[in-house]
Amino acid sequence: MLRTALRASHLQRGVMRTPLLAPSSLTIARRFISQETRAKIQDAVNSTPVVLFMKGTPDAPQCGFSRATVQILDLQGVPPEKLKTFNVLEDAELRTAIKEFSEWPTIPQVYVNGEFVGGCDIILGMHQSGELETLLEKQGVIPPIEGDAKASS
Amino acid sequence: MPISQGDLEASIRNVIPITHLEIIDQSSGCGENYAIFVVSDAFEGKTTLARHRFINDILKKEIALMHAFSQKTLTPKQWEAQQAKATAA
Repeated sequence: MLRTALRASHLQRGVMRTPLLAPSSLTIARRFISQETRAKIQDAVNSTPVVLFMKGTPDAPQCGFSRATVQILDLQGVPPEKLKTFNVLEDAELRTAIKEFSEWPTIPQVYVNGEFVGGCDIILGMHQSGELETLLEKQGVIPPIEGDAKASS
Repeated sequence: MPISQGDLEASIRNVIPITHLEIIDQSSGCGENYAIFVVSDAFEGKTTLARHRFINDILKKEIALMHAFSQKTLTPKQWEAQQAKATAA
């Protein structure tokens, strides 16, 4: 519904809340994001160990894939202070720009220490195989399990 | 905009050798929500992220028109191992 409203009226776009990207960046070409936008997203993904771009919020996800990703990060024990989420439904410019930034066509998107890790399919696969836990431990996001972590398998 | 299963299949088969391909329309009719499962030699030696990027690139136009898209990518060896495991269980 939001999207339809945005398409229908350019006037509306100017008044959209843009938590991450300044209103001025709305005027950039749609296909290629500017260096400025790129730098802002880069700063955002570097700001916190784990950054998640999602539809909705962790408490109220608005898409099943985003919900699953939030649940997995929660199961892995990612502490709240190390996780930052951006709701792309509140920011039309970010929703487009993030896909260009990572060259990844879908949302959610997970970044760990500034590096793009993947979307829902990849996070789920890595969660099941144990790779996600290893990655989060190596990156210092979650503490390693006491004793031999491999003993559980 | 609906995308046909046949178009998706043709796009993938045109580019990589396919051992096994499943395209599941999860949209209950509108044709904008697909899950695909691809087994191909082309994935050998590639990380999951690289495999998904590869498929995303092949289906760039189609994915842009979809509401939701999900994928799973295995090499023939991984697929065999998975089936063996499933049989054993």
